[in-house]
Amino acid sequence: MNNIKNRIIQQAGFILLTLCVGLTVYFLGTILYFIIINGFHVISWEFLTQAPRKAMTAGGVAPAIIGTLYLTLGAVMFALPLGLACAVYLTEYSPSGWVVNLLRMSISNLAGVPSVVFGLFGLAVFVKMMGFGVCILSGSLTLGILILPGIIAAAQESLISVPQSLREASLAVGATQWQTISRVVIPAALPGVLTGVILSVGRAAGETAPILFTAATFFTRGCPSSPLSETMALPYHIYALMTEGTHPQQQTAIAYGCALILLVMVLMISGAAIVIRQKNQMPLSR
Amino acid sequence: MNYELKEKAIKYIFAALAFSSVIFLVGIVLVLFREGLPAFMYVNPWKFLSGSAWYPTQEPAEFGILPIVLASLWVTFGAMMLCVPLGIGSALYIHELAGFKQRAVLKPLIELLAAIPSIVYGFFGMVVVAPFIQHLLRLPTGLCAFSASLVLGIMAIPTVASIAEDSLSYVPNSFREASFAVGADRWQTLTKVIIPAAGSGISTAIILGMGRIVGETMTVLMVAGGAAVIPHTFFQPVRPMTSTIAAEMGEAVMGSAHYHALFAIALLLFFCTLIINIIAEIIGRKYRLKLGLGR
Repeated sequence: MNNIKNRIIQQAGFILLTLCVGLTVYFLGTILYFIIINGFHVISWEFLTQAPRKAMTAGGVAPAIIGTLYLTLGAVMFALPLGLACAVYLTEYSPSGWVVNLLRMSISNLAGVPSVVFGLFGLAVFVKMMGFGVCILSGSLTLGILILPGIIAAAQESLISVPQSLREASLAVGATQWQTISRVVIPAALPGVLTGVILSVGRAAGETAPILFTAATFFTRGCPSSPLSETMALPYHIYALMTEGTHPQQQTAIAYGCALILLVMVLMISGAAIVIRQKNQMPLSR
Repeated sequence: MNYELKEKAIKYIFAALAFSSVIFLVGIVLVLFREGLPAFMYVNPWKFLSGSAWYPTQEPAEFGILPIVLASLWVTFGAMMLCVPLGIGSALYIHELAGFKQRAVLKPLIELLAAIPSIVYGFFGMVVVAPFIQHLLRLPTGLCAFSASLVLGIMAIPTVASIAEDSLSYVPNSFREASFAVGADRWQTLTKVIIPAAGSGISTAIILGMGRIVGETMTVLMVAGGAAVIPHTFFQPVRPMTSTIAAEMGEAVMGSAHYHALFAIALLLFFCTLIINIIAEIIGRKYRLKLGLGR
């Protein structure tokens, strides 16, 4: 009797869990479906390669795509050396306990800071205090700080997974610690670091709030010409199309197109990272 | 000799670079204080926190952020109601019920979905969810706390699910085997052994999910409606902390009372997320000790 009751409870529980997964997949599937269906017919060669025309109702969004690429590239160029150095210091030079704790605490808290607060920091420091103004440089630096914790975490994880024997072998043949790090450990950890970098590229490309006051503008005539010029950016363009301008109907269609481009960019980038990681998990897990 | 010097120099360079994250965090705190505290020259801190009128551009201006804070609480609460059960349910399913093939699809899928930018969720909420809710419930506007909670909740599911799944996978297999050995079935093992063992890890997932929701900007900016009034129902437009900052900073005159008040809101927001993170950190550390992972 008890047995039957337990079995019914188990069945009910399993159905509940299946329902959870089903709903999750359904919700997220719906989002992808709407964006793809409505965005697909907006995208054309002209849409990808031209600047906007006729008060944002025609033409393309090329400057926004290019702007997003610049911003993202700048962010990675800023955050990668810092992040890698931090991870190397933590794992290879094993500083004393309080240093590790301090660094870990700051990294995990930096990771939790809301993106709009990064935007304010960028506005106060890069735009105003350092006088860069609203431009790609300010936006890239702000985004760089935002993705720093992610890069550190990924780099640290892959450095830790480099077998200790590799380091010992290198030191045993007389290499100095720096030679060991630069020629043995970092090359071995590179795939993992790369995964982390690619994932943060995806994050940086999609963030809007940090560039709201530091880099983005609704319209530029062409592509940005220098790091000190303001720029259009895909995520901000979606927001601006939905909240500004005078032709809501046509603008929504264009926003669908932008959302699809952004989505494809981000999902392809993240997908690549996940594939790279799965391929590399095998040799390193020996 | 030369080598030693070089090695030392390199070590110090790395140490200096490593401290950049500390500098950025301290820098953020300093900037928020420096730009936020002057707000209290215009309004006293108690009135700032408890005032129910937010009219930053009127003469005389009023800076009461109670409606804004309450809006954040409501929207966060609503979103948690959705993402916690679905996120944890999904994690349990992937960990316990999914076969090898299903797991190979679902795990990367969830991770991929966590990468969707929040602006896409906001856009979806604005063009699909809000009109749908408006028609369904015959509301004057679909841009309201309910829609925002719904979209934020969906957005946070992958975050909660993937962290919870991680913590489930740390539970040693011997726990499960011991439970089966004394005759428990799978459901009993799950609810009485696995979940309690992973409990603090799951709590961390919930707390970090909450941190993500509280700090989320673009989605609420686009979907929550933006009226700075004290919410009475879930079906009226609200203006949470993040969207207030994002919406008004562009218009606020540099150095004005309004500008400083927005930074003061950011200061409050920062400390909310800081506390959330510290709690998650403490729970996470205890959890690793409990399972003997000791990392």
